[in-house]
Amino acid sequence: MTADVTEVILLSLKVTTASVLIGVLIGVPLGALLGLSSFPGKQLLVAVIFTLMGLPPVLVGVIVYLLLSRYGPLGSLDLLFTPEAMIIAQVVLVTPILAGLSLTAVHAKERSYWETAKSLGATPFQLMLTILREARGGIWAGVATAYGRAISEVGAVMLVGGNIEHHTRVMTTAIILETRTGNFSAGLQLGLVLMAISFLFNSFLMLGMLKQMKTGRRYSS
Amino acid sequence: MKRLFAFPLAILLISSLFIAACSLSNRTVDAKPQADAEAQENATPQEITLATTTSTQDSGLLDYLLPVFEEKTGIKVKVVAVGTGQAIKLGEDGNADVLLVHSRAAEDEFVEKGYGINAHDVMYNQFLIVGPAADPAGIRQTSSATEAFKQIADKQAAFISRGDDSGTDKKEKSIWKEAGITPEGSWYISAGQGMGETLRMADEKQAYTLTDEATFLSSKLNLEVLVQGDKTLFNPYGIIQVKSSRKQEEGLKLIQFFTGEEGQKLIGEFGKETYGKGLFVPDARAR
Repeated sequence: MTADVTEVILLSLKVTTASVLIGVLIGVPLGALLGLSSFPGKQLLVAVIFTLMGLPPVLVGVIVYLLLSRYGPLGSLDLLFTPEAMIIAQVVLVTPILAGLSLTAVHAKERSYWETAKSLGATPFQLMLTILREARGGIWAGVATAYGRAISEVGAVMLVGGNIEHHTRVMTTAIILETRTGNFSAGLQLGLVLMAISFLFNSFLMLGMLKQMKTGRRYSS
Repeated sequence: MKRLFAFPLAILLISSLFIAACSLSNRTVDAKPQADAEAQENATPQEITLATTTSTQDSGLLDYLLPVFEEKTGIKVKVVAVGTGQAIKLGEDGNADVLLVHSRAAEDEFVEKGYGINAHDVMYNQFLIVGPAADPAGIRQTSSATEAFKQIADKQAAFISRGDDSGTDKKEKSIWKEAGITPEGSWYISAGQGMGETLRMADEKQAYTLTDEATFLSSKLNLEVLVQGDKTLFNPYGIIQVKSSRKQEEGLKLIQFFTGEEGQKLIGEFGKETYGKGLFVPDARAR
């Protein structure tokens, strides 16, 4: 039982970490770019991203399921009911969150640093790096939100992962199974582990953020 | 310094939450029969709780039968549809008045331990072994369920198990045991989900699975029935009264309805219109 529980926890961490990493690679640059540039239709795009931040996980699950189904357009990849399928669904869920919160963070910092960096002759790429560095507190908050969302998500991973023992069973789907079989205490225990992991993760992020704010304040004063 | 205290404080908070949740869940188990008993003493009870398996609920049998009973007797039946294991636990804890389940061994144990009385056979339906039309393990020719399972294991053909300790899951495990096989390896997939999801997964993975007839007939999939009619695939349902129930009279009435002439006739007719054949075969008998 304990070996099984460890396996389930490790898979949860793996899937969540992979999807948040991929989400960061796509979402953060996208959010920063949107925050820095202005073009016609930008407001519409931003509105779309903010809407996607609240995507219902089950809807994402159904869409990814239909895409990966053997009767679907990507059926030949044989990805349904694999950890990879779960990561795909999670990436779809967390990327808008990361993009949206990065955008907000960059917006808050933009004006002051933009002018300085530009006057110093920074290229657009350097400009973006600078802004990202300045806005990292807000971006970390986005990462924490995304991580919490992904690790506690159940609807999409149940649909596309299938809760297969030793293969795609993660903490949330294991909790559902334990509850269904009348094993409430095992379900509660797993829930506690889930909360503890979230708590640890958020604590580290929070400490980092507070430290940054302090050093930031010191520099500016 | 303040932040240093935040950690233990939060951990304390979480663990106290957990403990509260634990004691709460224990208390509900104890408190419910008491509450029921109070309600019983205060007013004439017109409500009983029937704990049953998801198959009787999902197939629509209860929606078909219970309104007739309620109209006849004026007793309202609250249905709790769960797995057989959980249904029996509800009976042991006194949270249900009557059980309608399908796991003979567990039912007999329930009665032997003194939790149940008036146990009756009610009806049976069939399990089917279904799989892809191509039938990679060649089980279509086999005559028995155990033979088919042996062949699937030999060929290491993909097989999806419910893996959720339900009646169907227990049936599947008993067939493997009978065949003398401990199913393991990458071909044996434990889904830990309901029948509908398990069938869908079998369809996606072109795998075999064991299903009850009612759920299979109501799902539209590209799977075919490969083995049926074997005696070991019969799935008998029993109805048992919970001994600690305060509603003996009403519970008995429900059992008499299910095993009586009218109930049995309705059970036999159920499903004929939609599927061209009855989903359950009535065979009422006192045990």
